[in-house]
Amino acid sequence: MNSDPVELIQTPIRLEYNYTPGVSRSRYLQGLIGGRILGERCERCHKVYVGGGSGACARDGIPMSDIVELPHVGTVTSFCVVNVPFAGATVEIPYTMAAILLDGADIPINGLIQEISADQVRMGLRVEAVWVPEAERTYTDTIRHWRPTGEDDAPIDEVLKRMRAGA
Amino acid sequence: MRDVAVVSFAQSKSVRADPVQNEVEILMPVIQEAVANSGIPAKEIGFTCSGSADYLAGQPFAFVYGLEAIGAWPPVRESHVEADGAWALYEAWVLLQEGEIDAALIYGFGKSSPGSLRDVLTRQLDPYYLAPLWPDAISLAALQARALLESTENTERDMAEVAARSRRDGKANPNAQLTGDFDPDALLKEPYIASPLRKHDCAPISDGAAAVVLATGDRARAVSKRPAWIRGIDHRVEPHYPGVRDLTRSPSTRIAAEKAGALDGTFDVAELYAPFTHQELILRDALGLAKPNGTKINPSGGALAANPMMAAGLIRIGEAATRITNGEANRAIAHATSGPCLQQNLVAVLEGE
Amino acid sequence: MSTERCAIVGIGQTKHDTAREDKSIAGLVREAAVRALDDANMDWADIDAVVLGKAPDMFEGVMMPELYLADALGATGKPLLRVHTAGSVGGSTAVVAAHHVQSGLYDKVLTVAFEKQSESNAMWALAPKIPFQPTLVAGAGGYFAPHIREYIRRAKAPDHIGIEVAVKDRVNGMKNPYAHLRIPDISFEKVAESPMLWDPIRFLECCPSSDGACAMVLTSERHATTGKNPPAWVKGTAVRSEPLGMAGRDEVNPRAGRDCAADVYAQAGITDPRGQIDLAEVYVPFSWFEPMWLENLGFAGEGEGWQLTDKGVTALDGDLPINPSGGVLSSNPIGASGMLRFAEAAMQVRGQAGEHQVDGARLALGHAYGGGSQFFAMWIVSSERP
Repeated sequence: MNSDPVELIQTPIRLEYNYTPGVSRSRYLQGLIGGRILGERCERCHKVYVGGGSGACARDGIPMSDIVELPHVGTVTSFCVVNVPFAGATVEIPYTMAAILLDGADIPINGLIQEISADQVRMGLRVEAVWVPEAERTYTDTIRHWRPTGEDDAPIDEVLKRMRAGA
Repeated sequence: MRDVAVVSFAQSKSVRADPVQNEVEILMPVIQEAVANSGIPAKEIGFTCSGSADYLAGQPFAFVYGLEAIGAWPPVRESHVEADGAWALYEAWVLLQEGEIDAALIYGFGKSSPGSLRDVLTRQLDPYYLAPLWPDAISLAALQARALLESTENTERDMAEVAARSRRDGKANPNAQLTGDFDPDALLKEPYIASPLRKHDCAPISDGAAAVVLATGDRARAVSKRPAWIRGIDHRVEPHYPGVRDLTRSPSTRIAAEKAGALDGTFDVAELYAPFTHQELILRDALGLAKPNGTKINPSGGALAANPMMAAGLIRIGEAATRITNGEANRAIAHATSGPCLQQNLVAVLEGE
Repeated sequence: MSTERCAIVGIGQTKHDTAREDKSIAGLVREAAVRALDDANMDWADIDAVVLGKAPDMFEGVMMPELYLADALGATGKPLLRVHTAGSVGGSTAVVAAHHVQSGLYDKVLTVAFEKQSESNAMWALAPKIPFQPTLVAGAGGYFAPHIREYIRRAKAPDHIGIEVAVKDRVNGMKNPYAHLRIPDISFEKVAESPMLWDPIRFLECCPSSDGACAMVLTSERHATTGKNPPAWVKGTAVRSEPLGMAGRDEVNPRAGRDCAADVYAQAGITDPRGQIDLAEVYVPFSWFEPMWLENLGFAGEGEGWQLTDKGVTALDGDLPINPSGGVLSSNPIGASGMLRFAEAAMQVRGQAGEHQVDGARLALGHAYGGGSQFFAMWIVSSERP
């Protein structure tokens, strides 16, 4: 009989789940399919949320029903240049992931920055959404990426100060 | 021991699958109702503790979003157990014993519908010897039921009667999911799904949430006409491997009941978390409630009428407390369970003043 | 308010490594627990209750593993409570265990935290494929890099600070026999030249992914002197949480961290953390978090944390050593990483830290954070009875 210790066994696990985005996130995703970016204003703190979060104003713990349509333009508040190949990512490295504060929103959304080299991306850069053509849009593929608008940079310190105001 | 009472309880209606709301959206109105009914301003609640499980949601850190439902700003003193909310309540009760704070919010939530629950629960088993065999939750419970039927006087009819009683009583519970009048004789003619378990022996699969507010001594008296005082609470765990346990008994429930002071008297009401009919028989035996003695068992319908996992144990405490607060009962026992075949159990004794 | 005093009488940890293939999950937690019991001069039967913490269950692929571990932890017939507060869990778990003693309910509590990331695919566990959530964030580094970038801008910090922290913690780690990463030829140049993974985070500025566990025995005063070493005393514990997706939240200097520190300092009678605290074990998974947390913890004014690092104040022989154990940068079994900070702080005030002992350490801070810089847990431990 083989008396070698068994050090490793492989036991693959496969579980399938049907996720429910929720009321708020569904509204956000439906908006994107239709080429619109829909945010929600909290009736209590008046902050405008966007990005398909949990559905709560996280500060007040209440649902939001005041829909606010936001422009497709914003400011890069911070970013990261990713040089790590990552399972599930479809973009070639290096790529830039940015936190983008849409004009009129109070919380940034994440977006891929393209049409500018990674070493040119900066805090304060003004960017606009580049959409997947309407016929090709899926819930996971609506805004293809964000690209510079060509405007002057936003005054980043002021933008950050405003973003954090009232917290 | 410091006096701590349940002063408020709220729960969502349990449903088989909520295809519209996510967990946070289910949770928000429940928390708002529990806090509003407590009469304690949210900012004066000194501690929050929750219970949930990532594997039900199918994503890591699922509880993180739960925090968005409570309005945690300014930042709150908060903790989370990867277990039923009943254990979150225990953690809060321990803290309240120190006397620094006088109120705590506890919530438990879970959607069991996203995955195949009987398969998901196989991941609770020893990952080297048991989980690779994928013994599903119902089959394991069936092993336990078989052992019970073979070694005691309990019968499949006793089990069917538990199901019929639970679902009949559940008719009066607006939050219950599976209710109605069933004839035990007819139930016994149904086919087995994992012998000796039939469909009626198993709890439904539920999405739902619940919240409780606890308060100490004078604070509880100030906000509630009739607080449900926690006279004792304890929880115990058993060995994991089904083969080393006597599955027909629940020694951990017995120890917890002894430590909670639940073996020295009778109860008007017992709310027992038994997701399978035969488990109610085992629990009643462990708690001295096997024979009718005037204790009303699971007037809410229990887990057989609604089983939102990670909230269902907390709901037992809330249901028991509600019956004390509304004057229906003066002394109640509440029980929660976790793990395969009643591996871990919690017992609380609640009383009116 | 009258709480029982709580003492730390036993501490144990595993050798941390990329993959502890010699041990099952149960074997790993027992390695730490047996060492803690041995240090405490106790046996399994002496323990009244067990409090277990770990980060997401998907790291091992075991749902609620405390159920499977009940036997291995000697918990059968006892209370066993499982805590999960993301990366801060090791700290939060110790805090919950301390309350079990401080409440007067339990005399001898075993608390254990672990992660065995090699059992599953940790990167997958951190980023499951959820249809409506983009996966481009690319792991924890991708999440925290923008916060670091904003800190650097706000504090006008020079680029080399992150490198200095990485070198210091890795040098310290070489003095810790349990540490995972051992890089004997570590140098400023070696870190500076390591690949930029998530700009501005370089490879050698990142924590590893480790298998490991940590355990402590906490007791009431009655049993405080039964261990092999003098006890450490808990002088304060605190936890604070804030919501992840809240408009206006400051992820760089989170209010939950500041509030948590203020609470724990008040309990311990600390009015001047920089002057009174002898050392701190702080949760630094990416090197730049050292200066960020120095400010958040009140060791330095806003924008000045990096200067302490730059001046060598946080080195092992500095005025305020930070992470003499080598910290999370040297070992990162996620669920245990917070408890390791708490335990290392206690080891220092017990004089147990061996080669990485800080001379004359009497008062120390253990710190953990988790989630999106939103969950905080801290304790202050002392060689002197409160």
